[in-house]
Amino acid sequence: MRIALFATCFNDTMFPDTPRAVVTVLERLGHTVEFPVEQTCCGQLHVNTGYQREAIPLVRLFTDTFAGYDAIVAPSGSCVGMVREYHSRVAEVAGDPGLAAAVARVAPRVYEFSELLVDVLGVTDVGAYFPHRVTYHPTCHSLRMLKVGDRPLRLLRAVRGIDLIELPAAAECCGFGGTFALKNADVSVAMVGDKVRHVRDTGAEVLCAGDNSCLMHIGGALSRLRAGVRTLHLAEILAATEPAAADHVQVSDVEPIR
Amino acid sequence: MTATFLGTPAFPEAAKRALQDTQLRANLAHATATIRSKRAVVVGERPDWEELRLAGEALKDQVLRHLDTYLVQLEEKVTAAGGTVHWARDAAEANRIVVDLVRATGETEVVKVKSMATQETDLNGALETAGISAWETDLAELIVQLGHDQPSHILVPAIHRNRAEIREIFLAEMGKVGEPAPPDLPAEPRALAEAARRHLRQKFLRAKVGISGANFAVAETGSLVVVESEGNGRMCLTLPETLISVVGIEKVVPTFADLEVFLQLLPRSSTGERMNPYTSIWTGVTPGDGPQAFHLVLVDNGRTTSLADPVGRQALRCIRCSACLNVCPVYERTGGHAYGSVYPGPIGAILTPQLRGIESEIDKSLPYASSLCGACFEVCPVRIDIPEVLVHLRARVVDAERGGVPSAEELAMRSAAWMFGDHRRLESAQRAAGLGGRLFRRGRIGRLPFPFSKWTDARDAPVPPAESFRAWWRRTRGTRR
Repeated sequence: MRIALFATCFNDTMFPDTPRAVVTVLERLGHTVEFPVEQTCCGQLHVNTGYQREAIPLVRLFTDTFAGYDAIVAPSGSCVGMVREYHSRVAEVAGDPGLAAAVARVAPRVYEFSELLVDVLGVTDVGAYFPHRVTYHPTCHSLRMLKVGDRPLRLLRAVRGIDLIELPAAAECCGFGGTFALKNADVSVAMVGDKVRHVRDTGAEVLCAGDNSCLMHIGGALSRLRAGVRTLHLAEILAATEPAAADHVQVSDVEPIR
Repeated sequence: MTATFLGTPAFPEAAKRALQDTQLRANLAHATATIRSKRAVVVGERPDWEELRLAGEALKDQVLRHLDTYLVQLEEKVTAAGGTVHWARDAAEANRIVVDLVRATGETEVVKVKSMATQETDLNGALETAGISAWETDLAELIVQLGHDQPSHILVPAIHRNRAEIREIFLAEMGKVGEPAPPDLPAEPRALAEAARRHLRQKFLRAKVGISGANFAVAETGSLVVVESEGNGRMCLTLPETLISVVGIEKVVPTFADLEVFLQLLPRSSTGERMNPYTSIWTGVTPGDGPQAFHLVLVDNGRTTSLADPVGRQALRCIRCSACLNVCPVYERTGGHAYGSVYPGPIGAILTPQLRGIESEIDKSLPYASSLCGACFEVCPVRIDIPEVLVHLRARVVDAERGGVPSAEELAMRSAAWMFGDHRRLESAQRAAGLGGRLFRRGRIGRLPFPFSKWTDARDAPVPPAESFRAWWRRTRGTRR
């Protein structure tokens, strides 16, 4: 099976440890991962802000880049949601039946990381070790658009050493919403305030999610409050192993096992 | 739509003010959480809930596809049963028809059943101008009316008020327009309801004209349906000599049997009850029983414009249950007034810009009054994909602004699209970001210039890493893809 990594522009630029962790986990499981360098952005920023026309070339670039793969994996629920739910709409706006056909071929093969592991590769224990107190925020697009359900939690429960605490009101939005966090900053902050309260109530040391955009938002509020809670993408917890922990090596410094 | 909300600032400004109202925040958090959990219980006990939602969606879509046919059929049946049907293109026409009908009776007061359609047209304002007193008889609508206030929720218009505030309104206002509240009125739900009951009784017994909306209008039989909880609707629908029902054209359902689906979906979604206490169904007039004159005013007021939009038209499936308001994290914190419309919350954010257009600041800002979390779609009993319509309307707002001098946002979006148009341009930007990141040694950014100050006012921002993922890939994997 040819697996391509769609790192997402946001992770590629701001959180490179996350796509690296995806590579680490998949290679540890014996798979080869390819990274088509032509990839850039799924167009979510533009579509969700109303700039659908600007997203047309991005959708075209995405379908061209990933056309030849059996599975495309992205460590972001919202980017996968954009591809699967909205690329067809952008193709409609473009009035391009060729693009619509290309989207129809590629989009169903795009998986969020936990979906790829559990549904496509059939694993929940990826051999991870992470001896920390962790709580998990499901993120809206993973939960309600992709309906990943408890897949991320099943993966986390299989991690050795983990102390997994349930997050109260977990399904409630953190208030990020892309440009919503700027356009409606006051409401957004009111929402993240409650999310932070719930996170702190768990006493967790690490807040985990499948989307770094939500984690940047909650993490930004936690950091401002010097809350002593760090944020970590699901992939980075799944990439952590016992030898790495024993060497006191930070997760972010772990090189993929060849 | 209505004049009463004109002058509302754009949503972010209105929301900012609402967020500072601590009483409002407390009232809303309590009330929405209560209704949310009641709904979750009664929906959870139906194993066929998803099938019911699909049926509701399919029925409403069928109605919208053949709206012309069903409306003409409805008119025929209502007329055959002794009613009179009037057609109103917009709010002004609907109000004119109703004012003329009331004037023809010679009456100067009417009693009203809670109705979103007449809120939408601001019928009460039009009646007042014509010298006719309109008395709201739903408890929450009465609180809003006596408080010289605006409704802030579809189902619970006074959700922004708590019992202490209601007591003060009753004590100050009831005596001015009818039976006063007892001076020793306690802020207890039972006592407050009793004061309202006594106040309203006089009005029920005296009124010769009743005005209602309708939850459903059955094309097959010409029957109208009102569901309610307090019995005030039943009074208004049966006691007066003349009944005028103002109904949006999308409220029609094909057959009587279709009510089976909606009378299960609506109460569970709205009040969190298995069945609402009062369901009134009437067909034209019945000699010697109830109102002897019945007028149905069918209102378009922007609905056919929405119907012409293949994505936006799903908003016309709405049965006004308000489940989307109760689960919305934005609504829960801002309340309804910030939406500048009688339709607040997620459904208001997609319905109002379609009914009123996207010219005013508030209407342009409504599609953006959402984090697109999708909780609304999940609970909608007729499966309106509200996030999809929000995104669609955002594109309409942006497209309407194109052509002039581009805004800062448009320029930023265009340059972002240019950067993402080729991976080499993205790489250049990543290198620049990585270099910029070296300026921040603490691992977090506490302050950024506008518009990013909107972020850093309350949240730290991450520092761009020295090496992007793709740079790491090239360094460690060479030219291998």
